[in-house]
Amino acid sequence: MKRMVRVGTVMLSLVAAAGPLWAAPAEPAYPKEIGKGEGALNIVAWEGYAQDDWVKPFEAETGCQVNKKYAGSSDEMVALMRSGGGGEYDLVSASGDATLRLIYGGDVQPIDTRFIPDFADFVEDLKAPPHNSLKGVHYGLSYEWGPNVLLWNTAKLKAAPTSWSALYDPAYKGLVSVPDNPIQIADAALYLSKTKPDLGITDPYELTPAQLDAAAALLKGQQPLVKKYWALASDQVELFKNGDSVIGAAWPYMTNTLKDAGTPVADTVPTEGATGWADSWMLSSKTSHPNCAYKFMAYVSTPKVQAQQAIYFGETPVNTKACAPMDAQQAGSCAKYHLDDAATYLKSIRFWKTPLQQCADGSKTCTSYTDWQQKWQEIKG
Amino acid sequence: MSSITLPRRLSTALWRAPRLALAATLLPPLAWFLLIYLAALAVLFIAAFWSVDAFTGEIDRTWTLENFARIVQSPIYRAIALRTIGMAAAVTVTDALIAFPFAFFMARVAGPTLRVTLFTLVLLPLWSSYLARVYAWRLILAHDGALNWALNGVGLPSLEIGYSRWAMWIVFSYIWLPFMITPLFAALERIPQSLLEASGDLGARGWRTLVRVILPLSLPGLVAGSIFTFSLTLGDYITPVLVGGPGSDFIGNVVYANVGIANNVPFAAAYASVPLVVMMLYLALAKRIGAFESM
Repeated sequence: MKRMVRVGTVMLSLVAAAGPLWAAPAEPAYPKEIGKGEGALNIVAWEGYAQDDWVKPFEAETGCQVNKKYAGSSDEMVALMRSGGGGEYDLVSASGDATLRLIYGGDVQPIDTRFIPDFADFVEDLKAPPHNSLKGVHYGLSYEWGPNVLLWNTAKLKAAPTSWSALYDPAYKGLVSVPDNPIQIADAALYLSKTKPDLGITDPYELTPAQLDAAAALLKGQQPLVKKYWALASDQVELFKNGDSVIGAAWPYMTNTLKDAGTPVADTVPTEGATGWADSWMLSSKTSHPNCAYKFMAYVSTPKVQAQQAIYFGETPVNTKACAPMDAQQAGSCAKYHLDDAATYLKSIRFWKTPLQQCADGSKTCTSYTDWQQKWQEIKG
Repeated sequence: MSSITLPRRLSTALWRAPRLALAATLLPPLAWFLLIYLAALAVLFIAAFWSVDAFTGEIDRTWTLENFARIVQSPIYRAIALRTIGMAAAVTVTDALIAFPFAFFMARVAGPTLRVTLFTLVLLPLWSSYLARVYAWRLILAHDGALNWALNGVGLPSLEIGYSRWAMWIVFSYIWLPFMITPLFAALERIPQSLLEASGDLGARGWRTLVRVILPLSLPGLVAGSIFTFSLTLGDYITPVLVGGPGSDFIGNVVYANVGIANNVPFAAAYASVPLVVMMLYLALAKRIGAFESM
């Protein structure tokens, strides 16, 4: 039975993978104006990204019925946006490690920010970041963002760690927890870019084969220290609760959850800086509800919705005007999520993006995500 | 003539042509089997000879043996295949050792009431969710879990076996045990009492009767049970994720990662054919031993 299920999954994925035949970014096809809603909108989103708190008022206001499909990973999002030849879903809340795959796969089309009134108030660096825009053309509309942090148990660790080196320290053998995700290689690369400058790593997502090997060697040395490569946020929460892990790579979400549960933890963005996620709404190149999609993107960019989203998920909004509604909803939350010093905070984060064979300078000497995935398998054994 | 109804005429026609009747009965299940099961396997095998464009993630339908070459040449994929098969074998042996005395007691010693009670207890865990049981073990084996609490309570040091291959071995052995006990019980129950008496009359003591009479006669049941425990462990990928530590990935996890994360369906298909081949060999061996006669 299990084998049958697996075969079925493979077959479904085959259907999903047989998507568009072209392999180039879609050309702009901007609407002249945003007309009346089509009555429906199909979105693919992270769980917690389309809560009734803010989706219900949108439906009442525009008459666009929102049908949401939650995805558990960036890769699932890519597969869903390509399923049925594309066009089954209108919008996706893609993280930076999925955006380029969607753009180069021709699955998403450019967005005209003329129709997003709040765009002017967006954090400057996230208006046209390289992970969702090509040559100033917006294939994605930035939404919310946050850092991957160093999390530790304050009762078990005497001194607060300030460097990612803690995750490679034999003193914590069997007590480390890190995400089971190939993009974790970027964390090692970021650390190496600061500690071994002679490797010449400038961008942790653009690694030559030699640099990838160096990062993999560091992570292979970490493997014996790891208690668990966690797959779900709740896994790591449990590891910390039960004392199986006392230090690890995490998200602010885990810190909030553990503190609420009474586990003494703290987190920090270490001195080397951190990787992080920046999510964007992207519009399917075959959307059948463009008016509702534009109305939705404009709506979720407003300060109030951005604030609701940020506090619900534990992340930072892209709209700088969201500070006041955040503090109104939860005192001090604007400072807690660093929206008051967004420009500086942002500089300390290297956002997830898809590793490509083609480096930023155009040469094809970098390693692709497929290479990373194979290396990751070798690392975790 | 015209007074004869259609169903009646159909029934007469089928009576005259028994082959037609047979075909009509067998066609629906056969079509289901061919279409859903074998066709899926065929697609799997064909996909294993394709590749994926690294840049766009599109499938390239040119025949290539590259995927299989990678599996054979890469030490990590060999290690994962061997780990999976080794764990499946270890779990099978463990379950056989636990299940044999238990099934023997149920079949030959226990009275009717006790037998029904034991049977219910064996099957009871199957009524709860697989996931719930694995999660329960995760809590038992955790650092601050029930096991260490009990060990510390009687003055013993803590065992750090949560999130390790030991944890996987314990959980697999527990989860698949009912699938070993049930066929073994059926085989042991079928052994005629007279054979055991004859063995005793001919001077064989208990141990000799066990080795020379009971074990050979229960072997088909043992092999049938081992097919379940071996194949269920071989195809699992949830337990390694939940209770495994570093270096615990199974074949199924690699398949899952390549379909869901790397979007490399052809490689996943190639790797998924490894357990398929292993199971075919295992079943061929089991058939030789005669395990299918008692299933």
